Amino acid sequence: MAQPDHIVIGAGTVGVSLAYGLQKRGQSVCVVDGGASDFRAARANFGLVWVQGKGGNLPAYARWTAESAALWPRFRDALEQCSGIGLDYQKPGGLVFSLSEQALIDRRAVLEEIGGGALPEGVEMLDRDALQARLPDAPLGPEVAGASYGASDGHVNPLKLLAALQQGFLELGGEILWDWPVQTLRTTDDGYELTGPDGETLRAPNVIVAAGLATPGIVAPLGVDLPLRPQRGQLLVTERMAPMLPMPCSGLRQTADGTVMIGTTHEDVGLDTGTTQASGTMVAERALRILPALSGARIVRQWSGLRVLSPDGGPLYTQPEAYPGLWTVSCHSGVTLAAIHAERLAEQILAGALTGDTRHFSKDRFHVPTLA
Amino acid sequence: MIFDTAIIGAGPAGMQAACDLRARELSVIVLDEQPAPGGQIWRGVERNCQPGSELAQRLGAEYRQGAGVARSFRACGADYRPLSRVWQIEETGPDATEQCWQVFVIREGQAEVVEARRVLLAIGAQERPVPFPGWTHPGVMTVGAAQIMLKSGGLLPEGPVWICGAGPLPLLYAHQLRKLGGQIAGFLDTAPRDTVRRGLPHLSGALRDWKSLAKGLAWQAGLRAAGLRRETGVRQLRAEGKDRLERIRWETPEGEKTAPAGVLLIHEGLVPSVHPTLSLQCEHTWSDAQQSLRPVLDAWGETTRRGLFVAGDAAGIDGARAALAKGTLAAVGIARSLDVLSEAKAKQARAAGDRALSKARATRPLLDTLYPAPEGKISDDVIVCRCEELTAGQIRAAAGRGSADPNRVKSETRAGMGPCQGRQCGYTVARLIAEAHDMPRAEVGFHNIRPPLKPVSVGELASLGKAKA
Amino acid sequence: MFRPLPDSSEGPTVTVFVEGQPVEAYVGETAASVLLRHLGTARTTSISESPRAPFCMMGCCFDCLAEIDGKGSTQSCLEPVRDGMTIARQMSARKVVAR
Ligand SMILES: Cc1cc2nc3c(=O)[nH]c(=O)nc-3n(C[C@H](O)[C@H](O)[C@H](O)COP(=O)(O)OP(=O)(O)OC[C@H]3O[C@@H](n4cnc5c(N)ncnc54)[C@H](O)[C@@H]3O)c2cc1C
Ligand code: FES
Repeated sequence: MAQPDHIVIGAGTVGVSLAYGLQKRGQSVCVVDGGASDFRAARANFGLVWVQGKGGNLPAYARWTAESAALWPRFRDALEQCSGIGLDYQKPGGLVFSLSEQALIDRRAVLEEIGGGALPEGVEMLDRDALQARLPDAPLGPEVAGASYGASDGHVNPLKLLAALQQGFLELGGEILWDWPVQTLRTTDDGYELTGPDGETLRAPNVIVAAGLATPGIVAPLGVDLPLRPQRGQLLVTERMAPMLPMPCSGLRQTADGTVMIGTTHEDVGLDTGTTQASGTMVAERALRILPALSGARIVRQWSGLRVLSPDGGPLYTQPEAYPGLWTVSCHSGVTLAAIHAERLAEQILAGALTGDTRHFSKDRFHVPTLA
Repeated sequence: MIFDTAIIGAGPAGMQAACDLRARELSVIVLDEQPAPGGQIWRGVERNCQPGSELAQRLGAEYRQGAGVARSFRACGADYRPLSRVWQIEETGPDATEQCWQVFVIREGQAEVVEARRVLLAIGAQERPVPFPGWTHPGVMTVGAAQIMLKSGGLLPEGPVWICGAGPLPLLYAHQLRKLGGQIAGFLDTAPRDTVRRGLPHLSGALRDWKSLAKGLAWQAGLRAAGLRRETGVRQLRAEGKDRLERIRWETPEGEKTAPAGVLLIHEGLVPSVHPTLSLQCEHTWSDAQQSLRPVLDAWGETTRRGLFVAGDAAGIDGARAALAKGTLAAVGIARSLDVLSEAKAKQARAAGDRALSKARATRPLLDTLYPAPEGKISDDVIVCRCEELTAGQIRAAAGRGSADPNRVKSETRAGMGPCQGRQCGYTVARLIAEAHDMPRAEVGFHNIRPPLKPVSVGELASLGKAKA
Repeated sequence: MFRPLPDSSEGPTVTVFVEGQPVEAYVGETAASVLLRHLGTARTTSISESPRAPFCMMGCCFDCLAEIDGKGSTQSCLEPVRDGMTIARQMSARKVVAR
């Protein structure tokens, strides 16, 4: 194989969004992916393309998210056409329920703070009656006081998104090496060299490490210290049912297939992808307080995924000063940000520097003392 | 209360283990989803073995033996809970001073938690799913399913009834039907024609259990004498019809044939039930002889997770007599691990159990060789995943598109994501992945199994929170 | 598709309701078996709406999902008949209604 312009480490949603964006911009890109037992948030997530409430502590993140949501419809069209895979993407707006009058007041306050004193554009507060009117086939539980509605919110089938990104990237002439867990990453005279299984090597002038929770471990030997941690989320999914939820809600969404996803927990348990009855019970109880009619629905599967979290929850895009052409890209909301990763972030990486809002997303914002 | 042992499954293995553990005065709870003890082979044994029952006579001596085991089981003092479905098993946290398992159960719409120091999975086997065109049509069932109809409701199939497959079960069922006055239009044997040559090397070992061999030969002779139509070397079976089975079509080396059909009963051997051990991340190995996974067990029947044991066909397909022996052995292992049996006594008991098991397994290598899992190419239009209605062509396309990881194929296609959790499609998907990547089947593995192991509703799951609050 | 053995007519029976019609069922048989005898199918799939019937009778294919005593998506092969039980096929995807 001729030496590619870029190697992307990680064929998850984040890695392949970038690879797809770079390949579309005329670059030659090779993606390498790890082993069967790796942590894969791309296969475990909830599938929300979500804006409302994001970035309370990081305004640049709120703008970045909103821009990505705005890019999504065009991104979808291009990707579906290129890959031949439908994404089940919809943008009907999204709801966050409040289970008491006080919670509804608090929710408004949080959103107004993000909006700088007023509700952000596209966001409205719905009282119980207005909410029920929007969910005619889903009788609300007695505790539901109302919800916030965000017009920019939407959802997608995250598994189809991943498959389409991979397929689209391949259609554009990209290459993916499966089962190629990176052992070492080192610098060469004109770029970087990766060692894979059986001592095989790959070289490229540019390397993007987008390996989720494995990212810090890959760049640590170079003295780059990334503050990322895992956070477990457990989810339930029901059997297929007739349509009842016309839009995604936080912690509850009906997929295009008819299944209802119920989530999710926030657990600090390290690198453990197990599931527990206690967490299943907890999310089931909350879902029934919102929609008691779900009581009889059969659960088909409970699973968990590990979120990739930075200390403030925002993205972490870094090109360490000592290593031009080496990038690390990690974030929690890789589905929401897929569109902007394939467009703006790919452009900036090509240009060699973060500009505008993304400057706020480098690891330098955490002032982590490095060992080197 | 915390039981010494929770046993899941009240078939031969589970009942035997319960009796043996109770004989050592350990507390035992037995959970089983059936309404009565017996497991698959002894389904309805209490119902059918009433004095003077014609059906019990016709079902044979091996079946009637179950009545005695069920009687001992009922009397052994184990807390027996029928109609109880286990949907999840968890080990309590490492901070607990003594090991304890939580077994989550649905019984008559109520969720419950059972706690025990050891768990024995005696959950048996299922019939190996082998997809062919039309196998989802109403009218097509497994031979095991028809035998269950017979044992639990006294029901015989009607319409032109065809049996297609290989192994002892179709022969036995055909033999039982004939004795009960049922009609069979024909028997389509899918075993390779060179069985005699293939079986010879295993014959002398199998002769240690000559009674079973003689029985098998007698069934065949009986069917021949009754003039049953029998086709051998059958391949390319198809079930055809609009909305339901109307006709079948098959090929033999002599050519293609077709016949009207009302009921088609299929069977291609059994595979151990491994969903619970897979979900608990026990180690498994691939058996080439039986073309299926089984949990790795030590000499005492313990899995790679301490305190979790497996017995019976769930540990490998060996039949009911072996299941009894494995139940005994697991009970010895559990008693030993609970320190109520000295090492010396345990070893002694094990030696006796091992001998019984070895005899009960004598014919197994011969049977595995005579009735290998079918390997014919599955054509692209055949439905592989019954739940999500996915065809072999769709799975092949996904398998070839990326890594040979069954979890990737599952997430891209949804095969294995329906209610059956891949019990029907898992092995076929793995086989198609092996084919696409030209690798040995043993290396492909199986997709991750997640709870619930049995269906549980959102309300049932939520109710466990209220119980605690 | 299935008929009772001549001598099981002596066995005890209960009355169940198959889509509203009272029918006799043999103690020991399951709702799936009743569906097979009277309707020949248990459900239509939620994707292509094609008809399916109980296939394995031992809880591992889920093609016997039906509405038993008003509860949808019940594995009818694991439900022994009870006097007064209501049994109905499940057509296409389930609708969840408040109870
Ligand atoms: C359809 C069929 C027909 C067969 N016919 C014959 C035959 O005629 N002759 C012969 O020698 N062998 C036959 N076999 C093989 C024979 O059944 C086995 O060798 C024997 O039954 C193994 O005993 P066991 O105790 O391991 O499992 P089983 O007898 O299968 O018992 C397992 C029990 O566990 C229960 N269970 C499983 N999962 C759960 C759960 N999560 N929660 C609660 N309960 C659960 C099941 O309902 C079942 O009652 C047949 C097998 C099958 C599948
Ligand atoms: S018939 Fe297969 S699960 Fe009921």
